[in-house]
Amino acid sequence: QNAVSALRRREFHRSVTVRDALNQAMDEELERDERVFLMGEEVAQYDGAYKVSRGLWKKYGDKRVIDTPISEMGFAGIAVGAAMAGLRPICEFMTFNFSMQAIDQVINSAAKTYYMSAGLQPVPIVFRGPNGASAGVAAQHSQCFAAWYAHCPGLKVVSPWNSEDAKGLLKSAIRDDNPVVFLENELMYGVPFEMSEESQSKDFTIPIGKAKIERQGNHVTVVSHSRYVGHCLDAAAVLAKEGIECEVINLRTIRPMDVESIETSVMKTNHLVTVEGGWPQFGVGAEICARIMEGEWHVSSQTSCSTQRLQSVQNPMQKFKFCMCLREVPD
Amino acid sequence: MLLCGAVHRQQPFDSSLEKPQFPGASAEFVDQLEFIQPNVISGIPVYRVMDRQGNIINPSQDPQLSKETVLNFYQKMTLLNTMDRILYESQRQGRISFYMTNYGEEGTHIGSAAALDPNDLVFGQYREAGVLMYRGFPLDKFMAQCYANADDLGKGRQMPVHYGSRDLNFVTISSPLATQIPQAAGAAYAVKRENINRAVICYFGEGAASEGDAHAGFNFSATLECPLIFFCRNNGYAISTPTNEQYRGDGIAARGPGYGMLSIRVDGNDVFAVYNATKEARRRAVAENQPFLIEAMTYRIGHHSTSDDSSAYRSVDEVNYWDKQDHPISRLRHYMTARGWWSEDDERSWRKQSRKTVMEAFETAERRLKPNPELLFTDVYLEMTPSLEKQRESLWRHVQQYKEHYPLDLYDK
Repeated sequence: QNAVSALRRREFHRSVTVRDALNQAMDEELERDERVFLMGEEVAQYDGAYKVSRGLWKKYGDKRVIDTPISEMGFAGIAVGAAMAGLRPICEFMTFNFSMQAIDQVINSAAKTYYMSAGLQPVPIVFRGPNGASAGVAAQHSQCFAAWYAHCPGLKVVSPWNSEDAKGLLKSAIRDDNPVVFLENELMYGVPFEMSEESQSKDFTIPIGKAKIERQGNHVTVVSHSRYVGHCLDAAAVLAKEGIECEVINLRTIRPMDVESIETSVMKTNHLVTVEGGWPQFGVGAEICARIMEGEWHVSSQTSCSTQRLQSVQNPMQKFKFCMCLREVPD
Repeated sequence: MLLCGAVHRQQPFDSSLEKPQFPGASAEFVDQLEFIQPNVISGIPVYRVMDRQGNIINPSQDPQLSKETVLNFYQKMTLLNTMDRILYESQRQGRISFYMTNYGEEGTHIGSAAALDPNDLVFGQYREAGVLMYRGFPLDKFMAQCYANADDLGKGRQMPVHYGSRDLNFVTISSPLATQIPQAAGAAYAVKRENINRAVICYFGEGAASEGDAHAGFNFSATLECPLIFFCRNNGYAISTPTNEQYRGDGIAARGPGYGMLSIRVDGNDVFAVYNATKEARRRAVAENQPFLIEAMTYRIGHHSTSDDSSAYRSVDEVNYWDKQDHPISRLRHYMTARGWWSEDDERSWRKQSRKTVMEAFETAERRLKPNPELLFTDVYLEMTPSLEKQRESLWRHVQQYKEHYPLDLYDK
């Protein structure tokens, strides 16, 4: 009984793990458009290093799900070339840490080509894989690349949190004609979430570039992406008992960032906390603070706004499990 | 096929000669159209000294090592095997987070390590623990690294099996594949400039050899003329990817000549073949300042790591063949027993003793405290920056305020 047959009965299964949601998205898009294909290390018969592509090779075969030799630079380049020639590749990095070996292909070839070819050469590619923290895998398997990729014009950068995000955003990413960097999180793969009736449909997509208010509140705006949205909601529940109502915003897309949603919220609360897994300097939180300071709120507001960034410690990242999670929101 | 010196001394251009004048290659003209066959059917032959039963085939190739040396080879290989079993189990029991075994490749580690000098610099990939063991890295330190306890030379910062030892000239293992290959070339260049009797060895698997870094490393070591041994462990699999999906050419050894490197393919399960090849490569690499490529053919008997179940992609029969019929440890044992150097009693008591020492180290490591949390903030730079200081102070304030939530007595002070 594999994931593929489970998918067929999904109208009866409303609790779906992030892994299965991603699998569904790829399955549906592979079926919908024969130009779409998946390539990466161990994605075919092995079902993927993290089993995200389970059952896909069995269903679609060698032409649509391709195992590559070990060279991120090599297969990212190959995927970019395939996109330039009219296919729609999904290029999987076993983790985004290894994408650094391919980063020239992602930035200089995928991100910049449409502009540099004066619109002649689009690159409709999706780079996806786990990003950021995992469990005890040390510095070289734990870096968050949201800020790195979001820095570059020409790329769209998406960071889903739950199963609905994962499915809807991946489908949009695959259908998008621009190069999209799709940042998943290994610790979220096995987490189940309730998925709405609507999200079970094969045409369900979530627009790239729009954040979601996961929880309404009047006292403090808490902005996050990926796994940490869950932590923010947990913290919000604790604070609600003390009478502090947080408005939790799930960015969903890092670039283009939905600054309007954040601004609207901050106009209401006058308090902003950004929460992320990446390093503080030059990070996603830094960009949010800068945009809020520069924007509508700053011009129109009568009161002062306090902002606080919460993110990972400024070291390459430890393996030992000393709990560093700074979840307390200052009064 | 020594190209290293010749390319610099170009003949002056003379079009009256019928020889090619191109700077890029020195060769003759030919007027028949013929593509060179990549000769994969009968490829580069596999050098071996012992047959699968441990008998010496050509006596001139027997390195004739002393009984003490050979016993040491055997004991190091079996100690590694015992340590692997216990640490693999401990991951399964949730005591350590991750582990990679070396089953079936012990011969490649011990044979090559024995042929080097202790001060030769070693760059590994992650499946070369036997090299460190041969050099004398204590069991306590292996365990400390896997448990990330306060005795870990790595200060608890790395995943298990990412060993490193400055004293034993073993560069700390780094996770991304093949990054060590160009680094080894650079290190060998530095070593060459020191002009001493020192070599560099660089280990990697046949899968890692597909990375772009491998190409750069090979090419640079040849053009920079460095005393470097490239040692490829071709063990048949890269996680689940078999060699016939990893490459189409004749393995890794056949790539060497393309870079102008002297190359050899050896039976990696024959510890004497590995020893002989590495010894000769080292001698010449240092004497002649040029890189060598050794491709040791072997088989990965274990899973890729504790995150893998290889029964998903290969048969139990295949694994059993290598375990029972072509294993470096049993081949060496046959060599020893044929000479009366090792008896059933010796085997029994050694197994008991080695298991005991491994278990003792294991129990000690488990009981040891975790590293001091101060170590979260050190070694980012040579000097601690003000912002790291601030974060450090912030951590301790936080921990003091909420100390009932933090198990501080599990950590070293």
